Amino acid sequence: MILDIRNEDPMENSFLIRTENLVKTYPMGQGKIVALDHVSLSFKKGEFAGLVGPSGSGKTTLLNIIGSLDVPSQGSTLVLGKKIEDLSHKKASELRNNHIGFIFQTFNLLPVYTVFENVEFPLLLQRMTSSERKKKVMEALGWVHLADRTKSKPAQLSGGECQRVAIARAIVKMPEILLADEPTANLDAKNSHHILQTMEDINRELVTTFIFATHDEKVIQYLRRKILLVDGKVARDEVIENPNNKRTVP
Amino acid sequence: MIIPRLALRNLFGAGLRTWLNVAVLSFAFVAIIWTQGLIEGMNRQIMHDKIDAEYGGGQYWNEHYNPYDPLSLQDAHSKLQKVLQNMANKGQAAPVLILQGTIYPDGRITPVLLKGIDPSQSLLSLPSQFLDQNIEEIPALIGSRMAKNSGLNIGDVFTIQWRDSYGTFDALDARIMQIMNTPVASIDSGQIWIPLKRLQMMAQMEQEATLIVIDKTVMEKTHIPGWTFKTTDFLLSDIKSLVQTKTIGSSIVYVILLFLAMLAIFDTQVLSIFRRRKEMGTLMALGLPRFKVIQLFTLEGAMHGVLAAIIGAIYGIPLLIYFSSKGWAMPESIDSFGFALGKKLFPTYSAGLVIGTTILVLLVTTIVSYLPTRKIAKLKPTDALRGKFS
Repeated sequence: MILDIRNEDPMENSFLIRTENLVKTYPMGQGKIVALDHVSLSFKKGEFAGLVGPSGSGKTTLLNIIGSLDVPSQGSTLVLGKKIEDLSHKKASELRNNHIGFIFQTFNLLPVYTVFENVEFPLLLQRMTSSERKKKVMEALGWVHLADRTKSKPAQLSGGECQRVAIARAIVKMPEILLADEPTANLDAKNSHHILQTMEDINRELVTTFIFATHDEKVIQYLRRKILLVDGKVARDEVIENPNNKRTVP
Repeated sequence: MIIPRLALRNLFGAGLRTWLNVAVLSFAFVAIIWTQGLIEGMNRQIMHDKIDAEYGGGQYWNEHYNPYDPLSLQDAHSKLQKVLQNMANKGQAAPVLILQGTIYPDGRITPVLLKGIDPSQSLLSLPSQFLDQNIEEIPALIGSRMAKNSGLNIGDVFTIQWRDSYGTFDALDARIMQIMNTPVASIDSGQIWIPLKRLQMMAQMEQEATLIVIDKTVMEKTHIPGWTFKTTDFLLSDIKSLVQTKTIGSSIVYVILLFLAMLAIFDTQVLSIFRRRKEMGTLMALGLPRFKVIQLFTLEGAMHGVLAAIIGAIYGIPLLIYFSSKGWAMPESIDSFGFALGKKLFPTYSAGLVIGTTILVLLVTTIVSYLPTRKIAKLKPTDALRGKFS
């Protein structure tokens, strides 16, 4: 059964995501590491926000919890009206499949699938008809300008093209939330800007909420909200007016 | 239907890795069916040959006759009862008189069993008609094994010594009239066939026999005093237990073949799960529940078995049909098996063998595919995405 969270109108207060006093610890030998330390944040629909900070500051951990890939040790996370810590594996899978898209640093494309099949995959899980799937896949590939590479395998694509396929795979199901973990870390400057411009376009056109985890300056230039995490705590949360003015595009 | 579809897509997408596994597994499939069919065919062939050349529809034994005790032969003979004589006259029974004797080919002393049989009998597939000769020497028929061991050839004359019913030693010359090629060693090795009447005369055992072979068509086997009826099942029991031993041997080959094929699948699965952790994490991140990831990987492994069955059928069926019609040539040394084997074996493939093997291989493939995938159940998506196990 697919969750129909959209019909529940969870955004009475217009927040898509809300974390309250979020704590995440990992066991380490006899003691434990605190990855997130009482993090309270909210994200509205259509935000283009980034979790920034040095390695080990808790960016990916927070992204994973929001994406229902992990659960907090303490505190609560409300995503589209659902408490992440209360979701079963199955419900969490349904939430991810229907409402959350992921973009990874290493693209994580399925190597034996073609571009078309990779993008089609999330739709297969939604049991769509073949013609519907084809239409949506071609639309998504159109967004990332890869409609002519449907039959290529990931090994035949450049890094930039792979990440564009990953974006297409993430947006093909029209998710409310798109989580991108270091999406430009394996790309050169030119490709990074292409990718970011594409994401910005998608955000503007489809009103998809983007949350990045990054320490890449190129990505930070595009953010409209920058949340600085240091040692698992929110050190600064700022809204950036006119990020376009600060950009240096190659 | 999403999981079978994805499994199939992954399987074909894996290319050479898949086809290597399928090749090994399909070879195991065909080899298992072929070897089991060969054993089954050998089994049938042995029974068939033994019945045709030696046992017929069963035998009446003299009550003192013990085939495992040569000393019993001295007393194991008596006159045929009227009912047996009538059957012999009608061609429904073939009396055989057995005596111990000695031959001297090229001056070498060789102990033999002298077997007397009616040259006109047609009950056993024995070329006894060659004994129907009016010559000075005793006409003799031997098998190719006996000829090889004694160095005797057609036309050779040699001396036979025996003891008659009174214990008196006597000797006469015999001439080899024919050397027969028979798959049944127990009517060949160490045996000399001569005309029944001649042997009865030589041994002073007129109208007597040691055993009487009954035709397969005779259904009613009456109790005859002084004679014990031995069914073909009883007569074949030794062979059956010998075949059983060979079957156990071939079953070991069967298990080894299956084990090798399963090892390939298990290895592939373990490697897959180890190498594809990130892929698993991605699948989970994209919304595939954990139990479906387990299903997917198990099915991928199990589908190797299905593909192997299809590929095996493509090249295996013509191959197996060819062998079952043309036979499998046996080497010369096959006599050391100790039982009747033709120069060619014709494998027999029963539906039970083919279906049973297919089900077994598919079942075992699924189990060995599932075993390593259980590890996925403990896998956290975040760890999988980082390429490590929890």
